[in-house]
Amino acid sequence: MSTTDTATSTDPLVRLEKIRKSYGSNEVLRGIDLKIASGEVVCILGPSGSGKSTLLRCINHIEKPSSGFVIVDEEVIGFRKDARSAGALRELKEAELARQRRTMGMVFQRFNLFPHMTVLENITHAPRLVRHVASRKARERALELLDTVGLKDRASAYPGQLSGGQQQRVAIARALAMDPALMLFDEPTSALDPELVGDVLEVMKKLAQQGLTMIVVTHEIGFAREVADRVVFMDNGEIIEQGPPHAVIDDPQHERTRAFLSRVL
Amino acid sequence: MSTVPTGTNVESYRVIRNKHVGRYVAAVVTVLLLLSVVLAFARADIDWATVGEYLTAKSILTGFMVTIYLTVISMAIGIVLGILIAVMRLAHNPVVSWIAWLYVWFFRGTPVYLQLLLWFNIAIVFPRYGIPGIYEGRTVDIVTPIVAAILGLGLNQAAYTSEVVRGGILSVDRGQDEAAKALGLTGLSSMRTVVLPQAMRVILPPIGNETIGMLKTTSLASAIGATEILNEAQHIYLVNNLIIELLIVTAIWYLLAVSVLSIVQYYIERHFGRGHAAQTAGVGLLSRIQTVLGTSRRNP
Repeated sequence: MSTTDTATSTDPLVRLEKIRKSYGSNEVLRGIDLKIASGEVVCILGPSGSGKSTLLRCINHIEKPSSGFVIVDEEVIGFRKDARSAGALRELKEAELARQRRTMGMVFQRFNLFPHMTVLENITHAPRLVRHVASRKARERALELLDTVGLKDRASAYPGQLSGGQQQRVAIARALAMDPALMLFDEPTSALDPELVGDVLEVMKKLAQQGLTMIVVTHEIGFAREVADRVVFMDNGEIIEQGPPHAVIDDPQHERTRAFLSRVL
Repeated sequence: MSTVPTGTNVESYRVIRNKHVGRYVAAVVTVLLLLSVVLAFARADIDWATVGEYLTAKSILTGFMVTIYLTVISMAIGIVLGILIAVMRLAHNPVVSWIAWLYVWFFRGTPVYLQLLLWFNIAIVFPRYGIPGIYEGRTVDIVTPIVAAILGLGLNQAAYTSEVVRGGILSVDRGQDEAAKALGLTGLSSMRTVVLPQAMRVILPPIGNETIGMLKTTSLASAIGATEILNEAQHIYLVNNLIIELLIVTAIWYLLAVSVLSIVQYYIERHFGRGHAAQTAGVGLLSRIQTVLGTSRRNP
Protein backbone atom coordinates (compact mmCIF):
# COMPACT_ATOMS: atom_id res chain seq x y z
CA MET A 1 0.00 0.00 0.00
CA SER A 2 1.23 3.42 -0.89
CA THR A 3 1.80 6.19 1.56
CA THR A 4 1.11 9.89 1.26
CA ASP A 5 4.71 10.52 0.23
CA THR A 6 4.67 8.25 -2.78
CA ALA A 7 1.20 9.56 -3.62
CA THR A 8 2.55 13.03 -4.18
CA SER A 9 5.81 12.02 -5.82
CA THR A 10 4.30 9.90 -8.61
CA ASP A 11 1.66 11.05 -11.07
CA PRO A 12 -1.63 10.99 -9.19
CA LEU A 13 -4.62 9.12 -10.59
CA VAL A 14 -6.98 11.83 -9.37
CA ARG A 15 -6.20 15.51 -9.07
CA LEU A 16 -8.71 17.99 -7.73
CA GLU A 17 -7.81 21.58 -8.51
CA LYS A 18 -9.50 24.40 -6.58
CA ILE A 19 -12.96 22.82 -6.63
CA ARG A 20 -15.66 25.27 -5.67
CA LYS A 21 -19.37 24.63 -5.58
CA SER A 22 -22.16 26.99 -4.61
CA TYR A 23 -25.90 26.64 -4.57
CA GLY A 24 -27.08 30.21 -4.97
CA SER A 25 -25.27 32.20 -2.32
CA ASN A 26 -24.51 29.10 -0.27
CA GLU A 27 -20.91 28.05 -0.85
CA VAL A 28 -20.61 24.33 -0.15
CA LEU A 29 -17.05 23.77 -1.36
CA ARG A 30 -14.47 26.52 -0.94
CA GLY A 31 -11.55 25.57 -3.12
CA ILE A 32 -10.56 21.95 -2.58
CA ASP A 33 -7.15 20.70 -3.73
CA LEU A 34 -6.48 17.00 -3.42
CA LYS A 35 -4.26 14.42 -5.12
CA ILE A 36 -4.90 10.72 -4.94
CA ALA A 37 -2.46 8.09 -6.14
CA SER A 38 -3.36 4.94 -7.97
CA GLY A 39 -4.12 2.19 -5.45
CA GLU A 40 -4.61 4.62 -2.61
CA VAL A 41 -7.57 4.41 -0.25
CA VAL A 42 -8.69 7.81 1.00
CA CYS A 43 -11.37 8.24 3.61
CA ILE A 44 -13.07 11.61 3.85
CA LEU A 45 -14.43 12.40 7.29
CA GLY A 46 -16.30 15.41 8.53
CA PRO A 47 -19.53 16.60 10.10
CA SER A 48 -22.69 16.52 8.01
CA GLY A 49 -22.98 19.57 5.82
CA SER A 50 -19.20 19.82 5.54
CA GLY A 51 -19.40 19.26 1.77
CA LYS A 52 -17.77 15.83 1.63
CA SER A 53 -20.59 14.16 -0.33
CA THR A 54 -20.77 17.12 -2.71
CA LEU A 55 -17.02 16.83 -3.28
CA LEU A 56 -17.39 13.15 -4.12
CA ARG A 57 -20.26 13.89 -6.51
CA CYS A 58 -18.17 16.58 -8.19
CA ILE A 59 -15.46 14.04 -9.00
CA ASN A 60 -17.66 12.19 -11.52
CA HIS A 61 -19.61 15.34 -12.36
CA ILE A 62 -22.94 14.01 -11.11
CA GLU A 63 -22.72 17.46 -9.60
CA LYS A 64 -20.89 20.03 -11.73
CA PRO A 65 -18.36 22.12 -9.80
CA SER A 66 -18.99 25.87 -10.04
CA SER A 67 -15.29 26.24 -10.77
CA GLY A 68 -12.11 24.20 -10.59
CA PHE A 69 -11.11 21.01 -12.35
CA VAL A 70 -11.17 17.29 -11.74
CA ILE A 71 -8.41 15.41 -13.52
CA VAL A 72 -8.63 11.63 -13.58
CA ASP A 73 -5.99 9.63 -15.38
CA GLU A 74 -4.76 12.72 -17.27
CA GLU A 75 -8.26 13.58 -18.48
CA VAL A 76 -10.06 16.72 -17.36
CA ILE A 77 -13.53 15.52 -16.43
CA GLY A 78 -16.28 17.35 -18.27
CA PHE A 79 -13.88 19.11 -20.64
CA ARG A 80 -11.50 18.53 -23.50
CA LYS A 81 -8.65 20.59 -24.84
CA ASP A 82 -9.89 22.86 -27.57
CA ALA A 83 -8.30 21.99 -30.91
CA ARG A 84 -8.35 25.55 -32.24
CA SER A 85 -7.25 27.70 -29.34
CA ALA A 86 -4.41 26.42 -27.16
CA GLY A 87 -4.98 26.66 -23.44
CA ALA A 88 -8.77 26.62 -23.77
CA LEU A 89 -11.02 23.89 -22.46
CA ARG A 90 -14.25 23.08 -24.20
CA GLU A 91 -17.22 21.71 -22.25
CA LEU A 92 -17.98 18.11 -23.20
CA LYS A 93 -21.15 16.88 -24.83
CA GLU A 94 -23.20 14.64 -22.59
CA ALA A 95 -22.25 11.43 -24.42
CA GLU A 96 -18.55 12.18 -23.99
CA LEU A 97 -19.01 12.90 -20.30
CA ALA A 98 -20.84 9.58 -20.01
CA ARG A 99 -17.80 7.88 -21.53
CA GLN A 100 -15.50 9.53 -18.95
CA ARG A 101 -17.74 8.43 -16.10
CA ARG A 102 -17.19 4.78 -17.04
CA THR A 103 -13.75 4.90 -15.45
CA MET A 104 -15.31 5.79 -12.10
CA GLY A 105 -17.63 3.53 -10.16
CA MET A 106 -19.93 5.04 -7.59
CA VAL A 107 -21.72 3.54 -4.60
CA PHE A 108 -24.53 5.56 -3.06
CA GLN A 109 -25.81 5.90 0.46
CA ARG A 110 -29.29 4.75 -0.62
CA PHE A 111 -27.92 1.97 -2.92
CA ASN A 112 -29.96 3.19 -5.91
CA LEU A 113 -30.28 -0.28 -7.38
CA PHE A 114 -32.71 -0.49 -10.27
CA PRO A 115 -35.79 -2.02 -8.63
CA HIS A 116 -37.32 -3.28 -11.88
CA MET A 117 -34.30 -5.44 -12.68
CA THR A 118 -33.02 -8.57 -11.00
CA VAL A 119 -29.68 -8.50 -9.21
CA LEU A 120 -28.02 -10.02 -12.28
CA GLU A 121 -29.65 -7.53 -14.65
CA ASN A 122 -28.59 -4.67 -12.38
CA ILE A 123 -24.98 -5.75 -12.74
CA THR A 124 -24.99 -6.62 -16.45
CA HIS A 125 -27.10 -3.65 -17.59
CA ALA A 126 -24.37 -1.03 -18.03
CA PRO A 127 -21.67 -3.37 -19.40
CA ARG A 128 -24.12 -4.65 -22.02
CA LEU A 129 -25.68 -1.33 -22.93
CA VAL A 130 -22.61 0.89 -22.68
CA ARG A 131 -19.67 -1.40 -23.36
CA HIS A 132 -21.57 -3.78 -25.63
CA VAL A 133 -20.30 -6.83 -23.76
CA ALA A 134 -21.91 -10.04 -25.01
CA SER A 135 -24.70 -11.13 -22.71
CA ARG A 136 -23.04 -14.41 -21.75
CA LYS A 137 -19.73 -12.78 -20.90
CA ALA A 138 -21.48 -10.07 -18.91
CA ARG A 139 -23.38 -12.73 -17.03
CA GLU A 140 -20.25 -14.71 -16.20
CA ARG A 141 -18.50 -11.60 -14.95
CA ALA A 142 -21.55 -10.61 -12.90
CA LEU A 143 -21.66 -14.00 -11.20
CA GLU A 144 -17.95 -13.71 -10.46
CA LEU A 145 -18.51 -10.31 -8.86
CA LEU A 146 -21.51 -11.60 -6.92
CA ASP A 147 -19.25 -14.32 -5.60
CA THR A 148 -16.76 -11.66 -4.47
CA VAL A 149 -19.46 -9.84 -2.51
CA GLY A 150 -20.86 -13.12 -1.18
CA LEU A 151 -24.23 -13.08 -2.94
CA LYS A 152 -23.87 -15.59 -5.74
CA ASP A 153 -27.12 -17.33 -4.79
CA ARG A 154 -29.20 -14.12 -5.04
CA ALA A 155 -28.59 -13.45 -8.74
CA SER A 156 -32.25 -13.81 -9.73
CA ALA A 157 -33.70 -11.90 -6.78
CA TYR A 158 -35.11 -8.41 -7.11
CA PRO A 159 -33.52 -5.65 -4.99
CA GLY A 160 -36.74 -5.32 -3.00
CA GLN A 161 -36.28 -8.88 -1.76
CA LEU A 162 -32.83 -8.17 -0.30
CA SER A 163 -31.74 -6.62 2.96
CA GLY A 164 -30.05 -3.23 2.88
CA GLY A 165 -26.63 -4.76 3.39
CA GLN A 166 -27.18 -7.19 0.52
CA GLN A 167 -28.43 -4.39 -1.71
CA GLN A 168 -25.34 -2.34 -1.01
CA ARG A 169 -23.09 -5.27 -1.83
CA VAL A 170 -24.95 -5.73 -5.12
CA ALA A 171 -24.47 -2.01 -5.77
CA ILE A 172 -20.73 -2.47 -5.24
CA ALA A 173 -20.71 -5.40 -7.68
CA ARG A 174 -22.68 -3.32 -10.18
CA ALA A 175 -20.11 -0.52 -10.04
CA LEU A 176 -17.21 -2.98 -10.32
CA ALA A 177 -18.72 -4.57 -13.41
CA MET A 178 -17.62 -1.54 -15.43
CA ASP A 179 -13.99 -2.22 -14.38
CA PRO A 180 -13.48 1.27 -12.98
CA ALA A 181 -10.03 2.66 -12.25
CA LEU A 182 -11.50 4.45 -9.26
CA MET A 183 -14.35 3.76 -6.85
CA LEU A 184 -16.30 6.49 -5.11
CA PHE A 185 -18.22 5.51 -1.99
CA ASP A 186 -20.78 8.02 -0.70
CA GLU A 187 -21.54 7.06 2.92
CA PRO A 188 -22.09 3.44 1.88
CA THR A 189 -23.12 2.22 5.33
CA SER A 190 -25.09 5.19 6.64
CA ALA A 191 -28.48 3.83 5.60
CA LEU A 192 -27.86 0.34 6.98
CA ASP A 193 -29.03 -1.32 10.14
CA PRO A 194 -26.02 -1.60 12.49
CA GLU A 195 -25.77 -5.39 12.21
CA LEU A 196 -25.50 -5.19 8.40
CA VAL A 197 -22.68 -2.63 8.28
CA GLY A 198 -19.95 -5.22 8.89
CA ASP A 199 -20.62 -7.26 5.72
CA VAL A 200 -20.38 -4.19 3.51
CA LEU A 201 -17.22 -2.90 5.16
CA GLU A 202 -15.72 -6.38 4.84
CA VAL A 203 -16.27 -6.29 1.05
CA MET A 204 -14.77 -2.80 0.83
CA LYS A 205 -11.76 -3.90 2.84
CA LYS A 206 -11.23 -6.78 0.44
CA LEU A 207 -11.32 -4.38 -2.52
CA ALA A 208 -8.82 -2.09 -0.81
CA GLN A 209 -6.46 -5.01 -0.27
CA GLN A 210 -6.74 -5.89 -3.98
CA GLY A 211 -5.28 -2.45 -4.74
CA LEU A 212 -8.39 -0.68 -5.99
CA THR A 213 -8.23 3.11 -5.76
CA MET A 214 -11.02 4.19 -3.43
CA ILE A 215 -12.38 7.47 -2.16
CA VAL A 216 -14.72 6.81 0.72
CA VAL A 217 -16.93 9.37 2.40
CA THR A 218 -17.81 7.72 5.69
CA HIS A 219 -18.66 8.05 9.34
CA GLU A 220 -17.02 4.71 10.13
CA ILE A 221 -13.95 5.87 12.02
CA GLY A 222 -12.91 2.29 12.71
CA PHE A 223 -12.93 1.46 9.01
CA ALA A 224 -10.95 4.60 8.18
CA ARG A 225 -8.36 3.79 10.81
CA GLU A 226 -7.95 0.21 9.65
CA VAL A 227 -8.22 0.47 5.87
CA ALA A 228 -7.41 4.01 4.75
CA ASP A 229 -3.96 5.02 3.53
CA ARG A 230 -4.93 8.59 4.16
CA VAL A 231 -7.69 10.34 6.05
CA VAL A 232 -8.96 13.72 4.94
CA PHE A 233 -10.94 15.77 7.43
CA MET A 234 -13.32 18.33 5.97
CA ASP A 235 -15.40 21.01 7.62
CA ASN A 236 -17.39 23.88 6.17
CA GLY A 237 -16.34 23.19 2.58
CA GLU A 238 -12.62 23.06 3.27
CA ILE A 239 -9.99 20.43 3.98
CA ILE A 240 -8.91 21.08 7.56
CA GLU A 241 -6.25 18.43 7.83
CA GLN A 242 -5.13 15.19 6.23
CA GLY A 243 -2.59 12.48 6.74
CA PRO A 244 -2.21 8.83 7.76
CA PRO A 245 -5.11 7.61 9.89
CA HIS A 246 -3.12 7.29 13.09
CA ALA A 247 -2.07 10.93 12.78
CA VAL A 248 -5.45 12.44 11.93
CA ILE A 249 -7.64 10.21 14.05
CA ASP A 250 -5.45 9.55 17.06
CA ASP A 251 -3.47 12.77 17.15
CA PRO A 252 -5.48 15.50 15.39
CA GLN A 253 -3.73 18.86 15.10
CA HIS A 254 -6.75 21.07 14.61
CA GLU A 255 -9.39 22.05 17.09
CA ARG A 256 -12.25 21.33 14.65
CA THR A 257 -10.95 17.83 13.95
CA ARG A 258 -10.67 17.16 17.68
CA ALA A 259 -14.18 18.50 18.29
CA PHE A 260 -15.62 16.27 15.54
CA LEU A 261 -13.77 13.15 16.65
CA SER A 262 -14.72 13.62 20.28
CA ARG A 263 -18.36 13.60 19.18
CA VAL A 264 -18.19 10.46 17.03
CA LEU A 265 -15.68 8.31 18.83
CA MET B 1 -60.03 -0.96 25.26
CA SER B 2 -60.71 -3.78 27.66
CA THR B 3 -58.61 -4.85 30.54
CA VAL B 4 -57.63 -8.43 31.10
CA PRO B 5 -57.29 -9.35 34.74
CA THR B 6 -53.76 -10.48 35.49
CA GLY B 7 -53.42 -14.19 35.81
CA THR B 8 -56.18 -15.11 33.29
CA ASN B 9 -55.15 -17.16 30.33
CA VAL B 10 -55.85 -15.02 27.24
CA GLU B 11 -55.78 -18.06 24.98
CA SER B 12 -58.91 -19.40 26.63
CA TYR B 13 -61.04 -16.51 25.35
CA ARG B 14 -63.45 -17.11 22.49
CA VAL B 15 -63.05 -14.60 19.63
CA ILE B 16 -66.25 -13.08 18.21
CA ARG B 17 -65.62 -11.74 14.71
CA ASN B 18 -67.23 -8.53 13.44
CA LYS B 19 -70.47 -9.23 11.58
CA HIS B 20 -70.03 -6.58 8.86
CA VAL B 21 -73.72 -5.69 8.97
CA GLY B 22 -73.11 -2.77 6.60
CA ARG B 23 -72.13 -5.12 3.78
CA TYR B 24 -75.42 -6.99 3.98
CA VAL B 25 -77.45 -3.80 4.10
CA ALA B 26 -75.57 -2.40 1.10
CA ALA B 27 -76.08 -5.65 -0.82
CA VAL B 28 -79.83 -5.72 -0.19
CA VAL B 29 -80.28 -2.05 -1.14
CA THR B 30 -78.25 -2.54 -4.30
CA VAL B 31 -80.19 -5.61 -5.37
CA LEU B 32 -83.50 -3.78 -4.85
CA LEU B 33 -82.34 -0.78 -6.89
CA LEU B 34 -81.04 -3.00 -9.69
CA LEU B 35 -84.30 -4.94 -9.74
CA SER B 36 -86.33 -1.76 -10.13
CA VAL B 37 -84.13 -0.63 -13.04
CA VAL B 38 -84.39 -4.03 -14.70
CA LEU B 39 -88.19 -3.98 -14.21
CA ALA B 40 -88.41 -0.50 -15.73
CA PHE B 41 -86.58 -1.73 -18.82
CA ALA B 42 -88.66 -4.91 -18.94
CA ARG B 43 -91.96 -3.00 -18.77
CA ALA B 44 -90.85 -0.30 -21.20
CA ASP B 45 -91.78 -0.55 -24.82
CA ILE B 46 -88.52 -2.17 -25.88
CA ASP B 47 -88.40 -4.83 -28.55
CA TRP B 48 -85.71 -7.12 -27.10
CA ALA B 49 -85.82 -9.37 -30.15
CA THR B 50 -84.74 -6.36 -32.22
CA VAL B 51 -81.87 -5.73 -29.81
CA GLY B 52 -80.66 -9.30 -30.34
CA GLU B 53 -81.12 -8.99 -34.07
CA TYR B 54 -79.17 -5.75 -34.45
CA LEU B 55 -76.44 -6.80 -32.00
CA THR B 56 -74.71 -8.67 -34.82
CA ALA B 57 -75.96 -6.61 -37.75
CA LYS B 58 -73.24 -6.06 -40.33
CA SER B 59 -73.21 -2.24 -40.14
CA ILE B 60 -73.09 -2.34 -36.31
CA LEU B 61 -70.14 -4.75 -36.41
CA THR B 62 -68.34 -2.62 -38.99
CA GLY B 63 -69.03 0.45 -36.85
CA PHE B 64 -67.65 -1.35 -33.82
CA MET B 65 -64.50 -2.24 -35.74
CA VAL B 66 -64.10 1.43 -36.71
CA THR B 67 -64.50 2.39 -33.04
CA ILE B 68 -61.78 -0.08 -32.04
CA TYR B 69 -59.56 1.07 -34.91
CA LEU B 70 -59.96 4.74 -33.93
CA THR B 71 -59.22 3.91 -30.29
CA VAL B 72 -56.08 1.91 -31.06
CA ILE B 73 -54.58 4.35 -33.57
CA SER B 74 -55.45 7.46 -31.55
CA MET B 75 -54.07 5.98 -28.33
CA ALA B 76 -50.90 4.85 -30.14
CA ILE B 77 -50.37 8.40 -31.40
CA GLY B 78 -51.32 9.77 -28.00
CA ILE B 79 -48.85 7.60 -26.10
CA VAL B 80 -45.86 7.92 -28.45
CA LEU B 81 -46.31 11.66 -28.89
CA GLY B 82 -47.20 12.05 -25.21
CA ILE B 83 -43.93 10.46 -24.08
CA LEU B 84 -42.02 12.64 -26.54
CA ILE B 85 -43.71 15.80 -25.27
CA ALA B 86 -43.17 14.82 -21.63
CA VAL B 87 -39.44 14.26 -22.25
CA MET B 88 -39.31 17.56 -24.17
CA ARG B 89 -41.05 19.32 -21.32
CA LEU B 90 -38.41 18.07 -18.87
CA ALA B 91 -35.51 18.86 -21.22
CA HIS B 92 -32.78 21.30 -20.19
CA ASN B 93 -33.20 23.14 -23.49
CA PRO B 94 -35.62 25.95 -22.60
CA VAL B 95 -36.92 26.33 -26.18
CA VAL B 96 -37.78 22.64 -26.42
CA SER B 97 -39.42 22.74 -23.00
CA TRP B 98 -41.46 25.79 -23.98
CA ILE B 99 -42.68 24.17 -27.22
CA ALA B 100 -43.93 21.21 -25.19
CA TRP B 101 -45.65 23.53 -22.74
CA LEU B 102 -47.34 25.40 -25.62
CA TYR B 103 -48.56 22.14 -27.13
CA VAL B 104 -50.17 21.02 -23.90
CA TRP B 105 -51.62 24.50 -23.33
CA PHE B 106 -53.39 24.48 -26.69
CA PHE B 107 -54.63 20.91 -26.89
CA ARG B 108 -55.71 20.72 -23.27
CA GLY B 109 -57.23 24.18 -23.42
CA THR B 110 -59.78 23.52 -26.14
CA PRO B 111 -62.61 20.95 -26.24
CA VAL B 112 -61.80 17.80 -28.19
CA TYR B 113 -65.08 18.24 -30.07
CA LEU B 114 -63.87 21.61 -31.32
CA GLN B 115 -60.52 20.09 -32.29
CA LEU B 116 -62.30 17.41 -34.32
CA LEU B 117 -64.23 20.08 -36.21
CA LEU B 118 -61.01 22.05 -36.69
CA TRP B 119 -59.19 19.10 -38.24
CA PHE B 120 -62.17 18.21 -40.39
CA ASN B 121 -62.17 21.76 -41.79
CA ILE B 122 -58.39 22.17 -41.90
CA ALA B 123 -58.53 22.47 -45.70
CA ILE B 124 -59.91 25.99 -45.24
CA VAL B 125 -56.58 27.01 -43.67
CA PHE B 126 -54.26 24.74 -45.63
CA PRO B 127 -55.93 24.04 -48.99
CA ARG B 128 -52.85 22.22 -50.29
CA TYR B 129 -50.28 19.99 -48.61
CA GLY B 130 -46.77 18.76 -49.44
CA ILE B 131 -43.70 20.47 -50.89
CA PRO B 132 -44.75 22.82 -53.69
CA GLY B 133 -43.52 21.66 -57.08
CA ILE B 134 -42.24 18.29 -55.88
CA TYR B 135 -45.05 16.52 -54.10
CA GLU B 136 -48.36 18.13 -53.30
CA GLY B 137 -52.08 17.58 -53.33
CA ARG B 138 -55.40 18.93 -52.19
CA THR B 139 -55.92 18.69 -48.44
CA VAL B 140 -59.60 17.75 -48.79
CA ASP B 141 -58.53 14.60 -50.62
CA ILE B 142 -56.60 13.22 -47.65
CA VAL B 143 -58.44 14.58 -44.60
CA THR B 144 -61.35 12.15 -44.58
CA PRO B 145 -63.60 11.97 -41.49
CA ILE B 146 -61.51 9.06 -40.21
CA VAL B 147 -58.20 10.89 -40.71
CA ALA B 148 -59.61 14.02 -39.07
CA ALA B 149 -60.87 11.89 -36.17
CA ILE B 150 -57.47 10.21 -35.71
CA LEU B 151 -55.65 13.55 -35.80
CA GLY B 152 -58.10 15.22 -33.45
CA LEU B 153 -58.31 12.39 -30.93
CA GLY B 154 -54.61 11.41 -31.10
CA LEU B 155 -53.14 14.90 -30.79
CA ASN B 156 -55.54 15.79 -27.99
CA GLN B 157 -54.70 12.57 -26.17
CA ALA B 158 -50.96 13.30 -26.48
CA ALA B 159 -51.43 16.47 -24.42
CA TYR B 160 -53.08 14.52 -21.59
CA THR B 161 -50.73 11.55 -21.82
CA SER B 162 -47.70 13.85 -21.67
CA GLU B 163 -48.85 15.21 -18.32
CA VAL B 164 -49.38 11.68 -17.00
CA VAL B 165 -45.95 10.62 -18.27
CA ARG B 166 -44.29 13.72 -16.84
CA GLY B 167 -45.82 12.98 -13.45
CA GLY B 168 -44.60 9.40 -13.72
CA ILE B 169 -41.05 10.44 -14.62
CA LEU B 170 -40.94 12.91 -11.74
CA SER B 171 -42.14 10.20 -9.36
CA VAL B 172 -38.98 8.14 -9.97
CA ASP B 173 -36.29 8.80 -7.36
CA ARG B 174 -33.52 11.07 -8.71
CA GLY B 175 -30.98 8.60 -7.41
CA GLN B 176 -32.00 6.20 -10.17
CA ASP B 177 -30.93 8.58 -12.90
CA GLU B 178 -27.77 9.43 -10.94
CA ALA B 179 -26.88 5.76 -10.57
CA ALA B 180 -27.43 5.20 -14.30
CA LYS B 181 -25.29 8.19 -15.20
CA ALA B 182 -22.56 7.16 -12.75
CA LEU B 183 -22.44 3.86 -14.65
CA GLY B 184 -21.78 5.76 -17.87
CA LEU B 185 -25.26 5.77 -19.37
CA THR B 186 -26.24 8.84 -21.35
CA GLY B 187 -29.29 10.81 -20.29
CA LEU B 188 -31.37 9.28 -23.03
CA SER B 189 -30.47 5.66 -22.28
CA SER B 190 -30.98 6.31 -18.58
CA MET B 191 -34.43 7.65 -19.41
CA ARG B 192 -35.23 4.75 -21.72
CA THR B 193 -33.93 1.81 -19.69
CA VAL B 194 -34.01 2.99 -16.07
CA VAL B 195 -36.40 5.88 -15.46
CA LEU B 196 -39.28 5.21 -17.89
CA PRO B 197 -39.71 1.51 -17.02
CA GLN B 198 -40.14 2.54 -13.39
CA ALA B 199 -42.35 5.48 -14.26
CA MET B 200 -44.60 2.98 -16.09
CA ARG B 201 -45.88 1.69 -12.77
CA VAL B 202 -47.26 5.13 -12.05
CA ILE B 203 -48.18 5.96 -15.65
CA LEU B 204 -50.11 2.83 -16.59
CA PRO B 205 -53.19 2.99 -14.36
CA PRO B 206 -54.17 6.47 -15.67
CA ILE B 207 -53.25 5.47 -19.25
CA GLY B 208 -55.56 2.48 -18.84
CA ASN B 209 -58.31 4.81 -17.74
CA GLU B 210 -57.62 7.13 -20.64
CA THR B 211 -57.76 4.25 -23.14
CA ILE B 212 -61.15 3.36 -21.78
CA GLY B 213 -62.09 7.03 -21.98
CA MET B 214 -60.82 7.18 -25.56
CA LEU B 215 -62.96 4.20 -26.55
CA LYS B 216 -65.99 6.24 -25.61
CA THR B 217 -64.70 9.61 -26.83
CA THR B 218 -64.43 8.16 -30.34
CA SER B 219 -68.22 8.49 -30.42
CA LEU B 220 -67.68 12.25 -30.87
CA ALA B 221 -66.24 11.42 -34.28
CA SER B 222 -69.78 10.67 -35.40
CA ALA B 223 -70.22 14.46 -35.46
CA ILE B 224 -67.80 14.77 -38.37
CA GLY B 225 -69.24 11.75 -40.13
CA ALA B 226 -66.76 9.06 -39.13
CA THR B 227 -68.72 5.83 -39.37
CA GLU B 228 -68.00 4.45 -35.91
CA ILE B 229 -70.58 2.39 -34.00
CA LEU B 230 -72.75 5.22 -32.63
CA ASN B 231 -72.87 6.85 -36.06
CA GLU B 232 -74.00 3.54 -37.59
CA ALA B 233 -76.64 3.08 -34.90
CA GLN B 234 -77.95 6.60 -35.51
CA HIS B 235 -78.17 5.91 -39.23
CA ILE B 236 -80.32 2.88 -38.50
CA TYR B 237 -82.65 4.39 -35.91
CA LEU B 238 -83.22 7.52 -37.96
CA VAL B 239 -84.76 5.19 -40.52
CA ASN B 240 -86.66 2.65 -38.39
CA ASN B 241 -87.18 4.75 -35.23
CA LEU B 242 -86.04 1.91 -32.91
CA ILE B 243 -84.02 4.43 -30.89
CA ILE B 244 -83.68 2.74 -27.48
CA GLU B 245 -83.10 -0.68 -29.03
CA LEU B 246 -80.14 0.55 -31.07
CA LEU B 247 -78.73 2.57 -28.21
CA ILE B 248 -78.85 -0.59 -26.08
CA VAL B 249 -77.07 -2.50 -28.83
CA THR B 250 -74.38 0.15 -28.89
CA ALA B 251 -74.09 0.21 -25.11
CA ILE B 252 -73.62 -3.57 -25.04
CA TRP B 253 -70.68 -3.34 -27.45
CA TYR B 254 -69.07 -0.51 -25.49
CA LEU B 255 -69.43 -2.42 -22.21
CA LEU B 256 -67.97 -5.53 -23.78
CA ALA B 257 -64.94 -3.65 -25.11
CA VAL B 258 -64.37 -1.79 -21.83
CA SER B 259 -64.51 -5.09 -19.90
CA VAL B 260 -61.90 -6.64 -22.16
CA LEU B 261 -59.71 -3.54 -21.80
CA SER B 262 -59.96 -3.70 -18.02
CA ILE B 263 -58.64 -7.25 -18.04
CA VAL B 264 -55.79 -6.32 -20.39
CA GLN B 265 -54.96 -3.34 -18.17
CA TYR B 266 -54.73 -5.60 -15.14
CA TYR B 267 -52.13 -7.87 -16.74
CA ILE B 268 -50.07 -5.00 -18.16
CA GLU B 269 -49.97 -3.33 -14.75
CA ARG B 270 -48.85 -6.55 -13.17
CA HIS B 271 -46.03 -6.88 -15.69
CA PHE B 272 -44.67 -3.41 -14.94
CA GLY B 273 -45.11 -3.90 -11.22
CA ARG B 274 -42.35 -6.52 -11.12
CA GLY B 275 -39.74 -5.81 -8.52
CA HIS B 276 -42.48 -4.31 -6.42
CA ALA B 277 -43.59 -7.85 -5.93
CA ALA B 278 -45.57 -7.97 -2.76
CA GLN B 279 -48.67 -6.07 -3.85
CA THR B 280 -49.45 -7.78 -7.14
CA ALA B 281 -47.10 -10.52 -8.30
CA GLY B 282 -48.47 -14.02 -8.13
CA VAL B 283 -51.98 -12.81 -7.41
CA GLY B 284 -54.17 -13.86 -10.30
CA LEU B 285 -57.15 -11.99 -11.66
CA LEU B 286 -59.52 -14.59 -10.26
CA SER B 287 -58.31 -14.18 -6.71
CA ARG B 288 -58.42 -10.42 -7.09
CA ILE B 289 -62.07 -10.65 -8.07
CA GLN B 290 -62.60 -12.93 -5.10
CA THR B 291 -60.97 -10.36 -2.86
CA VAL B 292 -63.31 -7.68 -4.17
CA LEU B 293 -66.32 -9.94 -3.68
CA GLY B 294 -65.06 -10.91 -0.26
CA THR B 295 -65.03 -14.62 -1.11
CA SER B 296 -61.27 -14.95 -0.94
CA ARG B 297 -59.72 -17.22 1.61
CA ARG B 298 -56.69 -14.95 1.74
CA ASN B 299 -56.53 -12.14 4.24
CA PRO B 300 -59.83 -10.32 3.87
